[in-house]
Amino acid sequence: MRVGLLILKRLGAALLTLWLVSLLVFILSSMLPGDAASEMLGQSATPEAVAALRLKLGLDQPLYVRYFQWLFGLVSGHPGQSMISGLPVAEIIGTRLPKSLFLAGLTALVSVPVSLTIGIVSAIYRNSFIDRALNVMTLSMVAVPEFLVATLSVLVFAVSLRWLPALTIIPDVADPASIARAYALPVMTLCFVVVAQMARMTRAAVADQLDQPYVEMAVLKGLTKPRVILRHVLPNATGPIVNAVALSLSYLLGGVVIVETVFNYPGVASLIVDAVTSRDMPLLLACTMVFCTAYMVLVLIADVAAILANPRLARS
Amino acid sequence: MAVTVNVSHLKVAARGEGGMPIPIIRDVSFSIKKGEVLALIGESGSGKSTIALSLMGYTRPGLEVVGGRIQVGDQDVLALKSDELRALRGKTVAYVAQSAAASFNPVVRIMDQVIETAVTTQMCTRAVAEAKAIGLFKSLALPNPETLGHRYPHEVSGGQLQRLMAAMALMADPALVIFDEPTTALDVTTQIEVLRAFKAAVKERGVTAVYVSHDLAVVAQIADQIVVLQHGEVREAGQRDQILHEPDADYTQSLMQAAQPEKRVRPSPAKALGTMAPILQIKGMKAGYGKARDGSLQKTVLDNIDLTIEPGRALGIIGESGSGKSTLARVIAGMLPPAAGQVCFHGEVLPPSLRARSRDQLRRIQIVFQNADTAINPAQTVGEVLARPLQFYYGLKGQALTKRVNELLDLIRMPSSSADRLCRKMSGGQKQRVNLARALAAKPDLILCDEVTSALDSVVAAAILDLMAELRHELNLTYVFISHDISAVRAVCDDIMVLYAGTQVEAGQSQAFKSAPYHPYTDLLISSVPQLRRGWLEEARPGSSGAQAQPEDGLCRFLPRCSLKIPGLCDTMPAPRHALSDGRNILCHLDEPSLRAAQLETV
Repeated sequence: MRVGLLILKRLGAALLTLWLVSLLVFILSSMLPGDAASEMLGQSATPEAVAALRLKLGLDQPLYVRYFQWLFGLVSGHPGQSMISGLPVAEIIGTRLPKSLFLAGLTALVSVPVSLTIGIVSAIYRNSFIDRALNVMTLSMVAVPEFLVATLSVLVFAVSLRWLPALTIIPDVADPASIARAYALPVMTLCFVVVAQMARMTRAAVADQLDQPYVEMAVLKGLTKPRVILRHVLPNATGPIVNAVALSLSYLLGGVVIVETVFNYPGVASLIVDAVTSRDMPLLLACTMVFCTAYMVLVLIADVAAILANPRLARS
Repeated sequence: MAVTVNVSHLKVAARGEGGMPIPIIRDVSFSIKKGEVLALIGESGSGKSTIALSLMGYTRPGLEVVGGRIQVGDQDVLALKSDELRALRGKTVAYVAQSAAASFNPVVRIMDQVIETAVTTQMCTRAVAEAKAIGLFKSLALPNPETLGHRYPHEVSGGQLQRLMAAMALMADPALVIFDEPTTALDVTTQIEVLRAFKAAVKERGVTAVYVSHDLAVVAQIADQIVVLQHGEVREAGQRDQILHEPDADYTQSLMQAAQPEKRVRPSPAKALGTMAPILQIKGMKAGYGKARDGSLQKTVLDNIDLTIEPGRALGIIGESGSGKSTLARVIAGMLPPAAGQVCFHGEVLPPSLRARSRDQLRRIQIVFQNADTAINPAQTVGEVLARPLQFYYGLKGQALTKRVNELLDLIRMPSSSADRLCRKMSGGQKQRVNLARALAAKPDLILCDEVTSALDSVVAAAILDLMAELRHELNLTYVFISHDISAVRAVCDDIMVLYAGTQVEAGQSQAFKSAPYHPYTDLLISSVPQLRRGWLEEARPGSSGAQAQPEDGLCRFLPRCSLKIPGLCDTMPAPRHALSDGRNILCHLDEPSLRAAQLETV
């Protein structure tokens, strides 16, 4: 019962955070210089034309009125229309978001097992050659800027070797082989970015547990090494690991602008950049709220997983 | 009879900086016959745990066996390959660790951990293993043996966990069991039960065992043979009675002396009681944690505490863990404002919280924490640690500061050159001295000592107690001495207050605590302190310990554990506080003659 209450509290906190974020981004975005009207008509527009367009777009109303109109729209599933294309925002995001989620999901599928393995192996062989080699490898992976990784991988695998396509064109027929071919390069690039942090956090969490007396006890009970790690160490390291994973994965939705641009991938990250440059407020705000919600959901899942893994929290 | 364990010329070394091996165990040999219990006794750093662990072919990280031979049964332990070692551990040789609370995995149910070795190595089926474990729980006198295994470690008390760990070790009927300080972390009242359970289990099964301990009195109860270790070498070895009655080595004799603090001569207090105005006075104090809506405490830790200390005297506060002793120190120091009652210091009422106290009020009451490792910044030098209060309270700098630091070092019998040494490079005893000097730096009137010797070896602890007694004389200090160790308290204090579950069950002058009658709880505490003679464990009265249901508010808190309770009186009426003829007061329904009769009878 206590678990239910804890989760409800976390959920409430997440909703409150979302509301605060909506307020914050709305105010901040209204402070951007220029607005959609002046942006659409260009620099040579007359003030009268701009004013007329403002009136048409409803930009003449006070900030708080626009905020509440937008908020109620958002809650009822109608986050407005794009000021630039005139299409409903929900529709624009609706076509892009699944693609982003798919890319993020694929990347998670590859990067999480890889980073957990790297983290656990380097914790077990702490300060050995393997540990240092893995450490240098993951850190240099994260140190190389992702545009460089993306560009170089295109150069090598697409241009020179011609193994993989340079652009990610989503295949019509969804068989695993063509998906793998199409997504190999962007997924690899994204893994470069997220593996290091997850692996380092896993290593720290596991190493911390390896020093605990109960691990020595498990060894002295004559248990095999895999059993000591899987049965005794990992369940105790779950909390910090799932949190690191959640943080890294949340990046995969909103932070992948460069990868989307290089591979010409129609995801939501490039959408938000377009929305900022064109001052398309309804689209920008909706995208921000989508990222924020995704982040909240991931953190909430991590919290719940950490609570369930710890009987001291899970059992009253 | 066949020799089951034979250790010859064992040498273990640590890999030091630059690859130079530092010897930890230098040439240790002993053998144990089948069914015998051998005790390895020594202080921390003597290598006793290292030797015990090497019997399982295990060394802690950074250590390695560099010579010698260990034979368990017909196996040469040091020659075993890793899978053979795995087969040895948990089955042929089993281990009971010092802190069961830390050595049980917190997220796995107890039963799963107890039967893990048996089940994963396919020794028997899960059902058979569980049935056997429940049988072991029963024979170790654990409550609710059928359901105890379903719990998680944090849901079980420390003494029970320690016995559960023994059950885990006995699961595979090992040829050899290693007990590594298994009762050190327990209260004395709990220690008795656990020791008894261990001894019965060892006898019943004819187990061969190695019992590692720093406590001679505990070892006297359980061992057949004793090996006394110091700095990784055997100082003395022999049969139990020979070691206990005719110790040869000087070191063994100093261990014996340290084990009997009451036999040491210490300066007695200067003044008689009642001649001076009290330095500290507390009346009707109540304290705890958490505020409920109506302003009452969610968890009351201390209730209705009265105490008075006169200048130059030492008040000892004893009780087991959870009795509220440390909370009392926190209230006096101002770290926890009391919910009711006042703290009067030199006749004036002290503001309840630290923030409202003046710098001079803060200066006059200083606290020495239990664990010097965590109370002192390890990255600072001794000089820096001591300089901080001097700068804060007296604004000293330059020459004056150095001079005063040197004076303080002189007080704690350390050379002035140690001012430049880093705290983390100090030994435990030195750190505790620095901890004490840090409190002395403020020139306080009252020092609160919270379990200052409980993390130390007995010889070192005895030296600290001696130092504190001398300083009291030299500087005319007043102490509040908090401890769970009644013999230490009786040795250094003029007055004693016994706390049980936050209530003051007995208080009076220290001399009066030398003979019965006592409050039933005090009696239990005193009789639970292990004595150096054999047979003590069998004679000592069983005191049910631990987490029984708390009695209703107002009734005697000790009721569920009391062996002298009067049904119909104790469980219906609050106990009255009444005076004994020697001036002590106790909180009990029983009068002096009936307490005396009951307690003398059992001695």
